[in-house]
Amino acid sequence: MEQLLQQIVNGISLGSIYALIALGYTMVYGIIKLINFAHCDIYMIGAYVGYVCMAKLGLGFFPSLLASMLVCTLLGVAIEKIAYKPLRNATRIAALITAIGVSLFLEYTTMFFATANVRTYPPMTGFMAKTFKMGNVVISAQQILIAIITIILMVLLQLIVKKTRIGKAMRAVSLDKDAAELMGINADSTISFTFALGSALAGAAGILVGVYYNSINPLMGVLPGLKAFVAAVFGGIGIIPGAMLGGYLIGIIETFVAGFGYSMYRDAVVFAILILILILRPAGLLGKNTGEKV
Amino acid sequence: MKGTLSAQLIRKLILVVLAYAIVQLLISVNIINDYLQATLTTICINIILAVSLNLITGFTGQFSLGHAGFMSIGAYTCALIILKNPTTYNFLLGTLLGALLAALVGFLVGLPTLRLRGDYLAIATLGMAEIIKIMFINMDKITNGPRGLSGIPRFVNWTWLFIFTVGTVLLIRNFLKSSHGRACIAIREDEIAAETMGINITWYKVLAFVIGAFCAGIAGALYASYFYFIKPDIFGFLKSVDILVMVVLGGMGSISGSILAAILLAVISTLLQSFSEIRMILYALILIIIMIFRPQGLLGSREISLSAFNRLGKFFAFEKEAK
Repeated sequence: MEQLLQQIVNGISLGSIYALIALGYTMVYGIIKLINFAHCDIYMIGAYVGYVCMAKLGLGFFPSLLASMLVCTLLGVAIEKIAYKPLRNATRIAALITAIGVSLFLEYTTMFFATANVRTYPPMTGFMAKTFKMGNVVISAQQILIAIITIILMVLLQLIVKKTRIGKAMRAVSLDKDAAELMGINADSTISFTFALGSALAGAAGILVGVYYNSINPLMGVLPGLKAFVAAVFGGIGIIPGAMLGGYLIGIIETFVAGFGYSMYRDAVVFAILILILILRPAGLLGKNTGEKV
Repeated sequence: MKGTLSAQLIRKLILVVLAYAIVQLLISVNIINDYLQATLTTICINIILAVSLNLITGFTGQFSLGHAGFMSIGAYTCALIILKNPTTYNFLLGTLLGALLAALVGFLVGLPTLRLRGDYLAIATLGMAEIIKIMFINMDKITNGPRGLSGIPRFVNWTWLFIFTVGTVLLIRNFLKSSHGRACIAIREDEIAAETMGINITWYKVLAFVIGAFCAGIAGALYASYFYFIKPDIFGFLKSVDILVMVVLGGMGSISGSILAAILLAVISTLLQSFSEIRMILYALILIIIMIFRPQGLLGSREISLSAFNRLGKFFAFEKEAK
């Protein structure tokens, strides 16, 4: 029982990270139908910005978090403007290959400047280094921090999407881009804003992973990126609460598989879930089945 | 009519044999040394992979990101067989078995997943390739896990490469010229319209997928038996992307385009070998730039054929006369 609880605690921490990344995937896919493969590398860049701020500049955790969210926002918007915007009317596969190209570019440029070596975040001090025991279940302060920051960001995101004008524009563009433009919505700036939001969340996920796992490298984004995409599909792609749910579920399932001694198969299980969900319920857990128009 | 057709066939046959003979000659006088021969092998394997993926993605319109998975099945099957019993006969048997096994997995995976559309299929095939990779990593006793198999005897030479490459290209070209191929192209153009015309879309999608997987298995077997060494990481996501890039770069739905792109990319990667640090950065940049400025690929869906050369010849002849 205690082991079960412990796994759930660990799973929620991992799931929070997946959920934050999955939100970016799901929003971008919802609005321009592109699997943004570069998204996982924005997360990696976020981790590196956090590393520079905390280890080299000696900033605290919260200023570093803001810095890495800001840098990732700018990067996300720049990528959208330079690489994806010229391809708005090209085939989906051309846009996808471009996204893969941007992803490789970010990975290997980082590798060129920061070398392929694993970097370690400075050790945490004060409150951040504490652990709490409840019975035999150990919860570290970092896990609490991850959970709280993720929830705050998700609430903020929901407020932006549901309550503000730009959020309304986002929903309108993802529903029908042409009709939204006819209503006077600037689709280009709305798309840029979507990239900005998604990238900021990825940046936050990056620095949280740095603090939690303590080591980062230029290719760290690839596998979590794929799994976060699986999470987005699991919950129903294009649906924001779906991405959150999918992220947490994938995180918890993965820790359970690892916790019961099959850690070598944890990635395989995640992809098997993906294939199953695609076959049984392609619209995802929260998605609605839509009929096909001829 | 029939006479001209067979004359064309003979001309093509002569050209193919000539290409084989010239390279064989260059190898025997050592102008194509070991280093160039490795590039040549990469080119041939790339051609097989690109043309077979083009059948799935370019002609049938089914977006697959898991081609490297099929390749790894062929590679491991062939490697395990010739490691046990290194004879040419077993190499051929291994290649055949590897290809058949890849085709079988393609069938099993394709049947349920090919109902999915576009990006979903891409992600499902990607997941499948990752699962295959993880299986190879975990079957420690047979595949030596993540360390891979080394010391695989080399049976691949230019003759085998040539036979398999030309064979694959011919197989897929003839398939596409048949009514089955036209059905596949119809599915790409409009699935619903094709279904209305009485084409069994599931059958043809799976057929294209299985043939593609079969050829990828052959390519994997050739790879294993030429480069001595295989490990699961070689056949990861990046390899699948590499193959897809060849298809898109050459032009979706153009066999000659895939061949051209396979040659081009192998040459580029050989040339960039000396800048190993920025090799991948340049590769990524080239990819982005080509996609932004020529998203339909180098050849689009056109083909280069002998008649194109004839026309070119006539054009130059005409110029001379005009002078």
